[in-house]
Parts: sequence; structure tokens; C-alpha cells
Amino acid sequence: MKLRDTLLALVIGLGLWQVLVVATGAPHFILPSPWRVAQAAYKSRVIIAENAWITAIEVMLGLLIGTVLGVATAIQLAISKTAERLMLPILVFTQAVPVFALAPLLTLWFGYGMGSKIVMAVLIIYFPVTSAFHDGLTRIDAGYRDLSVSMRAGTWHFMRHIQIPQALPSLGTGLRLAAVYAPIGAVIGEWVGASRGLGYLMLLANGRAKIDLMFASLIVLACLTVILHVSVGILANRLTWYAQGMSRS
Amino acid sequence: MTKAPGIMLKGQHRIGDRVLFDTDLQIPGAQWTCLLGRSGVGKSTILRLILDLETGGTFNGSIAATDGMPLAGRISYMAQSDLLLPWLSVLDNVCIGARLRGTTPNIGRARDLLHRVGLSDHAGQKPASLSGGMRQRAALARSLFEDRPIVFLDEPFSALDAGTRADMQELAAEVLRGRTVLLITHDPAEAARLADQITVMSAQGTQNWPPPATAALREINAAETLACQARLLAHLRGMAA
Repeated sequence: MKLRDTLLALVIGLGLWQVLVVATGAPHFILPSPWRVAQAAYKSRVIIAENAWITAIEVMLGLLIGTVLGVATAIQLAISKTAERLMLPILVFTQAVPVFALAPLLTLWFGYGMGSKIVMAVLIIYFPVTSAFHDGLTRIDAGYRDLSVSMRAGTWHFMRHIQIPQALPSLGTGLRLAAVYAPIGAVIGEWVGASRGLGYLMLLANGRAKIDLMFASLIVLACLTVILHVSVGILANRLTWYAQGMSRS
Repeated sequence: MTKAPGIMLKGQHRIGDRVLFDTDLQIPGAQWTCLLGRSGVGKSTILRLILDLETGGTFNGSIAATDGMPLAGRISYMAQSDLLLPWLSVLDNVCIGARLRGTTPNIGRARDLLHRVGLSDHAGQKPASLSGGMRQRAALARSLFEDRPIVFLDEPFSALDAGTRADMQELAAEVLRGRTVLLITHDPAEAARLADQITVMSAQGTQNWPPPATAALREINAAETLACQARLLAHLRGMAA
């Protein structure tokens, strides 16, 4: 994606928005114009920045903890057949529970602070990371297994030197998904009960009919997610290049 | 190094109810045995049985080394696919065996082996930047790093172009001298060049075939080599008919 294309898309998007505002004649407390939202964003820049910072921390910590837990689980499942037999059905079953439905419970258990939002983000990304990495760890070229048996490799050394490096591109796929899901988890957590964060600010603005501030918060949230998505994408590409032995693509 | 042991394999291998082969195979120590036969006759299965790898069938019989010691840990293995790890340098690939056993590799020895197979200048490169022949030379160095008395080669040169293959045959013959080698091949010319013992495998079992009277490694264009190759090819074609 070239910078020029991105800017062009942005201009087109803003143009369509403005056209919609003019064409429908919607009042500013229903659909504010881009200019009005920009003014609101500038006026409330401090409060938006403070709350965006909170959400960003929740998302980053959720992503970090969720990835560590997911990676550890995937390795454990790939090493132990017993763990795989016992844990996989449980993991799949827990996915049948919508994480959103757990949000009130998590708020009850972990409080109104950042804790419940981080747990929410962790829960929502744990499965995609575990599943993608486990898939990569177990889908291994049979030739490598034969070779390492003839070399009398230990299970853990085989995992460390062959399985994990080979599965890094799959981990990258899981992380790309996680980067999209983690902000959803954090914001839903903030909607259910919070005193800080972009989700909280959006609810607050909505309640006070400050729709322009709500739009501004939404756009900042979208920007955060895009930045995260692009950064994780770069990381995922690096993992793939590493596993394929390429320095640059 | 004490003299490399031979291998005796006697018994029947079944896949479900079907008998894949019933054989009495003797692989002499410190020599090259070339195993030929039609695809699917069970050549690779023999190699996998001796290596104690999964075969998808059941074997009834005995597998033993002629010196009476266990075979486990005394065989190194090289396949048609080089199985180099793309994320490691050539040098790190050569000493992967040590890392997989959790020991510190002897880097100096790995460098010596790379020098022997003519890859000194490529030690730091990734496999993706090497040609097919260079990759197989790296795989050969990795086998040598294991320093086992027995070496199994499962069609390691079949994907190489003719010139590179002839070079690799000469290199392998030189660096594997003194070891017990079992080479699976489809190429009668390769067997005629390299073999001390030629074994042809069919559904009826294994049968030894006279190699040329001269000592291996033979010239490609020597009369004995060419005659042996022609007779062997005719025999294999007869089996196929």
C-alpha cells in the first residue's frame, strides 16, 4: 500500500462523508461534518489523548499477555499428545462462548480499571494465536522428523531448533488476527464498565449528545487499530522472511 | 575408527494383509551397497526399518549389525530432499545434529567438513542462495558431521543435473570411504560406478548382481562400467515387463 494511494483513499472517504452530510441535511447532533469532527478533536485533544493512551496500553498488554499464553499453550499441546487430547476440545468449547457475553462478569471480577479490559483482550486473542501457532508446530515436514530421529534429537531440542522456527509464519498469521481482535476486546470491556479509555469516552460523548466528540474518538480508535495492524504486519512479514531464510522480500 | 559394521536384515514386511517383501539382505561392512528396484517395491521401507522410522506396516524378522552391537545411533541419513533448514546458515545446518542433541557443536570441525565439500566460501549463506548441487553438498557435510560408521543415502543425487550428479558421486565416494554405505538409486549408471555390491529388489526378495570387476569408484566411460550398466538396465526392464 503506497502512501499516495492511502492519502487518495482518505481524501475520497472524507469527500463522500461531506457529500452525505450535505445531501441528507442531517443535523450535526446526528451526523457531524468532517470539519466539525476535526474541530471537536482539536478542542478535546487532551482528553482524547489521555483516554487513547489508556486504551492503547490495555490493547498492548492484552496482546503481549495473550500472545505469551497462546504460544506457551501451543507448544505444550504440540509436545504432549495427552495435553492435545484433553485441551483441544476444551479450547474449542470455550470458543463457543461469546467473549462479549463474559464482559459483565469480567468487570465484576477484575473491577472497573484496566485489569478487566486486559483480560478481555487476552481472552479474545488467546484462541487465534494458540490455534494458528499449534497448527504451524504440528504441520511439519515429515523429512525433518526422520532426519532428527536419525540424529537422535531430544523432543525439546527438536521443538526449539526446528518446530518453532518453522512455525513462525503461522504465528505471524495468528498475530495479524490478534491485532484486529485485541482493540475490540478492550473497547467492549470499556463499554461494559470503565472510567477511562476510548470506549468510555465514546459512551460519555454519546450520553451528552456530543456526537462530534464520539466521531473523533472513533476515528482515533480506528487509527490506533490501523497502526497496530500495520506494525504487527511488519513483524509477521519478518517472521516469515526469517523462516524462509530471506533477508528481504 | 574400527572397521564399519555390516548389516543383516532377514524377515517379512507386511502392510495390512499384503506382503511387501520377504527378504534376506546382507549389507557388507565398509563397502558401498547399491539397492535398485522398481518404485514401490520397498527399497525406502528397508532403509526406514533399519533406521527405526515409521513405515506404515509391520516387520517380522531380525535386523542386526555384523559386530553384534546395536545399530541405533550409528547410522546417518541423507534423503533426496536436502532437508536443510532455510533459516540457518550453511555452517549452522552442518552442525544441527549437535544442537538437536543438546550439545555444543564443534564449529571448527564443521568448517573443515565444509572445506572438504568445497563450500568454505558459502558457510555464512542461507540455503536459499545455493544451487541444488551446493545444497546436496551441504547435506553431505551435515551427514559427515554426524561421523557415523554407517551412512544411508536415499536417492540423494537423483534431482541433480547430470554433470553435478557425477561430481557429487565422486565427492561422496571420496568422503565416505571406509564407511558402510547403503545407496538407494534408480540409476543403473550410478550403481555401476559406485557399488561394491549391487542388490536388486523385487517382490520375490533381494538378489545380488555382479558389479564390474574393477574397484569403485569407476570411470563413467570405462568398458566394464558401461557393460554392467547395460546388463543391469536390461535386467530392470525385464523385471518391469
